Amino acid sequence: MNAIEVNNLTKEFGKFTAVDNVNFNVKQGEIFGFLGANGAGKSTTIRMLIGILEPTSGDALVSGYSIKNQSDLVKKNIGYMSQKFSLYNDLTVVENIRFFAGIYGLDGKKYEERKKWVLKVANLENMENVMTSSLPGGIKQRLALGTAVIHEPKIVFLDEPTSGVDPISRRNFWDLINELSEGGTTILVTTHYLDEAEFCNDIILINAGKLIAQGNAKALKTNYIKNPILEIESDRVVDSLEILEKEKWVGETSIFGNYIHVILNDSTINEQHIYQLLQEKNGIAVKRVKKITPTLEDVFIHLIEKDSKKNVQ
Amino acid sequence: MFNRIFAIAKKEMRQLKRDTRMLFIVFFFPVVLLAIFGYAINFDVHHIKIAVYDQDRSEYTRDYVSGLISSEYFDLVTYIDNDDQIKKILDEKIVQVVVVFPKDLSRKLLSKQEVKIQFLVDGVDGTSANVIQNYVNAATFSYSLQLTKEYLAVTGKQFYVPIDLQPRFWFNPDLQSTRFLIPGLMGMILIITAVISISLSIVREKERGTIEQINVSPLSSIEFILGKTIPYIVISLINATIVLLAGYILFDIVIKGNIFLLLLGTFAFLFAALSLGVFISTISDSQQVAFQAANVTSLLPSLILSGFIFPIESMPVAIQILTNITPAKFYIVILRAILLRGAGISAFWDQLIYLGIFGIIFIALATVVDKKSKNK
Ligand SMILES: Nc1ncnc2c1ncn2[C@@H]1O[C@H](COP(=O)(O)OP(=O)(O)O)[C@@H](O)[C@H]1O
Ligand SMILES: [Mg+2]
Repeated sequence: MNAIEVNNLTKEFGKFTAVDNVNFNVKQGEIFGFLGANGAGKSTTIRMLIGILEPTSGDALVSGYSIKNQSDLVKKNIGYMSQKFSLYNDLTVVENIRFFAGIYGLDGKKYEERKKWVLKVANLENMENVMTSSLPGGIKQRLALGTAVIHEPKIVFLDEPTSGVDPISRRNFWDLINELSEGGTTILVTTHYLDEAEFCNDIILINAGKLIAQGNAKALKTNYIKNPILEIESDRVVDSLEILEKEKWVGETSIFGNYIHVILNDSTINEQHIYQLLQEKNGIAVKRVKKITPTLEDVFIHLIEKDSKKNVQ
Repeated sequence: MFNRIFAIAKKEMRQLKRDTRMLFIVFFFPVVLLAIFGYAINFDVHHIKIAVYDQDRSEYTRDYVSGLISSEYFDLVTYIDNDDQIKKILDEKIVQVVVVFPKDLSRKLLSKQEVKIQFLVDGVDGTSANVIQNYVNAATFSYSLQLTKEYLAVTGKQFYVPIDLQPRFWFNPDLQSTRFLIPGLMGMILIITAVISISLSIVREKERGTIEQINVSPLSSIEFILGKTIPYIVISLINATIVLLAGYILFDIVIKGNIFLLLLGTFAFLFAALSLGVFISTISDSQQVAFQAANVTSLLPSLILSGFIFPIESMPVAIQILTNITPAKFYIVILRAILLRGAGISAFWDQLIYLGIFGIIFIALATVVDKKSKNK
């Protein structure tokens, strides 16, 4: 059985469609990445899946229960960490833990055991009486995750848990997600950091409310871009890009620091053509040109551009 | 279920403990109100100083004056004997009222002509002036009546008065307005702790996003609201006790009626006020909006429309209908019945029902709005 099955889920706010007929399944025990730019509709989808927002049409089964008719049962089986910081800044660490344990009905030995676990994963042992407002961002997020799963739910929804957190804390946070996953918890996590997609078993990408790609990282890389990609390292990135974009054989381009990624429309083009064009014709020093397999970012940029073009037409 | 309610209530207490602004609103504000209304706005009219300018110097005028000063409302300060002194004595605030008897008063009385007595009032506020006028009217009327009686007795005719005016201030015999104010004050103070603080405390969770975490938990709305309100119910009861104690210590007000009825009435009122507070929290997205809404729908009406200061009977009909938006109106009737008259439940059971209906209407409205917000 799938942990989550989403069927034709749609949400309209007035005339605006925030989530447009989305379908996907999340397998039991996996880390499921939900990617999309800001405003793509990730939070709206999650809010429907956890039963606090009613879908306009469509339905989903979460842990086997319909979000439309059985949202009470859904709530019993899930944990949720919202995009906004969800703990009380004006309570201490332990007061927050006690509160969330309290509303999930944990007490006695069970409470003590879970409290210890949360303090451990948040790295807050011996700091339980510290005011939550004074904790650093990364620690706050770990504490929020700890309290969100204090009742040991089978499925956890994390909405942009790493946004605004420094890279090292992000790494640590993903370690914690992996730890939970190893314990058998199904995790659906949204992010707009494309690199985090590599940590997920399965991924979906949504753009403007529509699902535009799904699969695991490897499948995405091979299935969605058939044309070869060249990575070009040059001194004058912006100038090079301008020159390249005038060529018919250049499909999409994107910049990654000093590198330009070019998706070719014509597979007969090779490294030599690039050197000729940039260095010999235009006098731009080219350090290196290399054929690469696409990164997930290439795939996403390609897909989003394709989708946006389609929407304009 | 009780554990979950308790978890919310405990959390709320802990937050309140650290929230100085809220503590200020909840505890200090009532004390300030008590001081302002207890002392500064004192409606009591006592020992008004009067001077008498008696140009007639007859038995009639003497009787009339002694009638006036036999009450404790007027103290006779001095007799004066010319017009010029009137202005001087009023300007220098030696007296607040000058009574002027015309020269030909007794002659006119004896020849059955109409007589005019002049009252010159200065240096008091409008409310006191009203009260003075009432007493003077009453005193004058009763003296007139006495004269009529005597006159008729002399001519041997039957005495008949179609309407006998006997102003008596029943439940507040000495027109002690502080006594009258205490019930209104309690209503207002409880409105602050109930409507304002509960709506602010719920909206704050919306504003900060912590409400989402509560919404996905198995906690039901009823549990959430009960947990949220318990601390404020406790605080409201503490505040009510403080006001009653202050009333006793400072103004000698004892609870004439049954204390359990008082508690019952207070609970009914809190139910109505809290459901209004919960309703306000469902329609506001920020604490600022909630505060304004609570102010406009509860605090101001509890001051202006509740009968606290301005009697409802003397308002225009449209406004009288509008007074029903404040539960303080019903509560004040209950409090005055219990505190001042010592009345039993038969005197105010209808008010309890109004409060119950009020509470149910707003809880129902809140539920409807809350359901709708799930689609947004
Ligand atoms: N309650 C709402 N009313 C109207 N529009 C909304 C509401 N919530 C979200 N939206 C709109 O729906 C779109 C998707 O928002 P959201 O799901 O929060 O995106 P994401 O989480 O992917 O950044 C945005 O354009 C947002 O403005
Ligand atoms: Mg979002």
